[in-house]
Amino acid sequence: MAEYIIETEKGKWEVICGLEIHCQIISNSKIFSGASTEFGDDVNENVSFVDAGMPGMLPTLNMECVHQAVKTGLGLNAVINKYSEFSRKNYFYADLPQGYQITQFVHPIVGEGAIDIDLADGSTKTIRIERMHIEQDAGKSIHDIDPKKSFIDLNRAGVGLMEIVTKPDFRAPEEAGAFLRKLRSILRYLGTCDGNMDEGSMRCDVNVSVRPLGSDEYRTRCEMKNVNSVKFVMQAIESEAKRHVEVYENGGEICQETRQFDPVTLKTKVMRKKEFAHDYRYFPEPDLPPLILSDNYIAKIKSELVELPDAKKARFVNELGLTPYDAMVICENKEVAQFFEQAAQGCDAKKVANWLMGDFFAMLNKKNLEIKDSPVSAENLGKLVTLICKDVISGKIAKDVFEIMAETGENPEEIVEKKGLKQVTDTSAIEAIIDEVIAANPDNVASYKAGKVNLMGWFVGQVMKQSQGKANPGMVNKLLKDKLG
Amino acid sequence: MTELTDLTISESLAKLKTKEISPVELTQAYIKKMGENDKYNAYVTQTAEQALERAKKSEKRYADGTNRPLEGIALGIKDLFCTKDVRTTACSHIINNFVPPYESTVTQNLLDDGALFLGKLNLDEFAMGGSNETSCFGPVVNPWSKATKLVAGGSSGGSAAAVAAKMCAAATGTDTGGSIRQPAAFCGVTGIKPTYGRCSRYGIVAFASSLDQAGPICKDVTDCALLLNCMAGYDAKDSTSSKVAVPDFTSFIGQDIKGLKIGIPEEYRPDGLNPEVAAYWDKAAEILKAQGAEIVHISLPHTKYALPTYYVIAPAEASSNLARYDGVRYGNRVDGNGLDALYVNTRTAGFGKEVKRRILIGTYVLSAGYYDAYYLKAQKVRRLIKNDFDEAFKKCDVILTPTSPIEPFAIGDKKMLENPINMYLNDVFTVSVNLAGLPALSLPIGLSANGLPFGMQLIGKAFDEATIFKTAYQLERGAKFVRM
Amino acid sequence: MSIDNDTVRRIAFLARLKVEQDKLEETKEEFNKILAWVEELGEVNTDNVEPLVSVNSESLTLRQDEVTAGHISEEILANAPAKEYGYFVVPKVVE
Repeated sequence: MAEYIIETEKGKWEVICGLEIHCQIISNSKIFSGASTEFGDDVNENVSFVDAGMPGMLPTLNMECVHQAVKTGLGLNAVINKYSEFSRKNYFYADLPQGYQITQFVHPIVGEGAIDIDLADGSTKTIRIERMHIEQDAGKSIHDIDPKKSFIDLNRAGVGLMEIVTKPDFRAPEEAGAFLRKLRSILRYLGTCDGNMDEGSMRCDVNVSVRPLGSDEYRTRCEMKNVNSVKFVMQAIESEAKRHVEVYENGGEICQETRQFDPVTLKTKVMRKKEFAHDYRYFPEPDLPPLILSDNYIAKIKSELVELPDAKKARFVNELGLTPYDAMVICENKEVAQFFEQAAQGCDAKKVANWLMGDFFAMLNKKNLEIKDSPVSAENLGKLVTLICKDVISGKIAKDVFEIMAETGENPEEIVEKKGLKQVTDTSAIEAIIDEVIAANPDNVASYKAGKVNLMGWFVGQVMKQSQGKANPGMVNKLLKDKLG
Repeated sequence: MTELTDLTISESLAKLKTKEISPVELTQAYIKKMGENDKYNAYVTQTAEQALERAKKSEKRYADGTNRPLEGIALGIKDLFCTKDVRTTACSHIINNFVPPYESTVTQNLLDDGALFLGKLNLDEFAMGGSNETSCFGPVVNPWSKATKLVAGGSSGGSAAAVAAKMCAAATGTDTGGSIRQPAAFCGVTGIKPTYGRCSRYGIVAFASSLDQAGPICKDVTDCALLLNCMAGYDAKDSTSSKVAVPDFTSFIGQDIKGLKIGIPEEYRPDGLNPEVAAYWDKAAEILKAQGAEIVHISLPHTKYALPTYYVIAPAEASSNLARYDGVRYGNRVDGNGLDALYVNTRTAGFGKEVKRRILIGTYVLSAGYYDAYYLKAQKVRRLIKNDFDEAFKKCDVILTPTSPIEPFAIGDKKMLENPINMYLNDVFTVSVNLAGLPALSLPIGLSANGLPFGMQLIGKAFDEATIFKTAYQLERGAKFVRM
Repeated sequence: MSIDNDTVRRIAFLARLKVEQDKLEETKEEFNKILAWVEELGEVNTDNVEPLVSVNSESLTLRQDEVTAGHISEEILANAPAKEYGYFVVPKVVE
């Protein structure tokens, strides 16, 4: 558990936070129409008559969106509801063509679940999921083209969303951050949402309240809509919690309201007071009969589920001997985990992990590349580590080889061969160099023999230098000791 | 001499096939009638030119033998069905300039079967009303009117009047609480609301989605069967459309009804029921009995609650369905200072009084704190009403009731206008059927002392339009009603 | 339940409709009449009755995930009261 207590002169406060996350479903067509979900097309081109809310148009449910929702529900270790219903959420807005959003209200497709989050101190915490439902996205209003007009693009209207609602289980900003990273990781593993918060394909509403430490009451909460990065979510919780504490300690009351987080000032401001709250008038969507899923359908999806980060992490720890921390870092990203597994095939997994998290990540960072665009392939990284393990090259030489791989993408075996970088393990060859060094430095030999044993390092360095780094350092050490007596 | 417009569809098809008459000739005859009977205000948009163009193509098809089931039959379309490139208004000022870039599934089915469209027919605004007086184009006049102009019924008033006055061979209608059957009864024609899910709702301007169903209004029972054959069928574009196979409804025309059990619900005969209506009801039962059917008395105990249930559910769904008319993407806009003002101005100016009334009621019954008491309660009672029918159909095959408790009344009738509930009460015999999703047909049984038509309603089990057609045809034969 | 003028105003705004001041009283009366009438439903015992959500007993049919619509912006915008640069246009929305 992450210790996070707001302490003032007057007392200690605990933060209570819950999240609602909207995740865009990966599918070809929209959830209730056959228009494309493609992002970035020309204005109003990915719009069908259904999406535009034309008279007499009716929704038809996309089976892929249902499939993706069930997959996600299973990934959240949640109950899949075999009976679910669609509802209409009624409100007027320029980018909501039908005048209502088709969503799920009383009977969502996914019920309670839970996921474990990994915290910085190495501990884990379980965050409970309240529910997840599927619904349609709204269009986009653009306010900055004209001072007097707003422009409406309906390309996004009708794209499928999953809304995941957590229980108010977060007690620290760090926990919310860890949850979002974990959720994003799970969604990407499943391929159900790309999880890009900055592009809006994952959007987060944050509910915050505080209470005196040790109390078990739930005080009035405020909601911050559409906070669009993990960092901002954490900052928003912190800022809002502090505001609550300040208000309470000054004898004030918090009113239930919707607020907006400003990442520049790091403060939240009121968007909508409760008295102006919407009255959404939910009722069952009469255009869509209830959705019934069979046991077989759910079982089949379950059987096809990919290995998720937690399972993968456990396997990396138990079978490959990685530390829990390394395993967690590697497993957070599906591509990284896949890359790692491929690289680690048939060689020392721990060494591969070290290389991956060290030089390899540093290289990607420096070159500002995604892992999928890495010049060093998983296979070649594996080969490099194998060369080290088999004493073909030393760790130091390996770094030089890696530099070349990062530039040219070449196979390390070929680099070593071509450049003649193979470690010298032939005793007579090393002895010859040692003899040369001893012959050339009689003074140091004398000093060493007189008791200045720390000159050993200097001798090793000289031999390595003469061998252009190719001599096996272990053998150099051993042979030098023998020779110098 | 009979005019071409007197012919039923089945009679016309027979003559078209033998080339005794031509589609162009037949269409021209209807277009002429449309001109003569303009006074009834049945059409709000006429498409005579396009109709004649299609008639010419139909003529070729008859010549080369590629004629389809409804080849060259001139229909009128309720202006609630979206028709591609032809203005579709729902008879509301708010979209009186809307030209759909798409075709409703039902009208597409009819076009695919060779029918042609003479134009769009008047209706109550967004199908909300029982007298066609809420239309932004003004009321339809019942062709049976004597000295006083009478209502044609609603909401499909234009459809029923156009068929009665021979301004089309048949018309499409929609029925949410009686909107096909009641105007059919008022205008002395035949109309069927099929089982919910039989006809696709795709492209039909929605009123109350869980109740709306399209159906035909025709000169007789046989034509209804013919037309429904073409209109019905599963449509992937409507998730509530049914996959139950559609039989050839015309094959049941003429089948005998010996041993068929006809249910008479006691709750439909309240104290003070119009004696003329009661007498025709008895007469209809007698006719069926004479054909060998058996009369059984049944009970539909929750009948009394059908109207209040309907007037919670229908406005609730309507309030949501009509939210899209906001002046942003189509329709008439009335600008305002800011987006909300635009919405309020557009909708306040665009919707008529009855539509606004229902939107307000619907908004209220769904609003926070009232949902359980009104909407949820109504849905539960709706279940009980459906259960009543399930029970009743264990004892009978088809149910016989009057269609409307009254005969057509005067346009502008004070009693109806001063209290909306009085108007709502006219739906007493028709709404239960929509709540339960059942099929029901109305056919003319005779004239009142005032010389105005009365209709009888036959209610069937879900997806059993067949038994309705079988029974209705025998009732039609026995009633010998003389069309206008 | 009987409603007051404020409720009429609130409901009207929820529906984005305006009830003129001089029509408020009349609308309220009418509203109350209709509500009183539908409240007859209160007489019905609905304990343990499941609400009827769909008369159609068939389960929801799902659609294949294929792109079958789009690239018809001209038709989408054809009936728009105000459009510019391919967008629908509304008065500035103040966030």
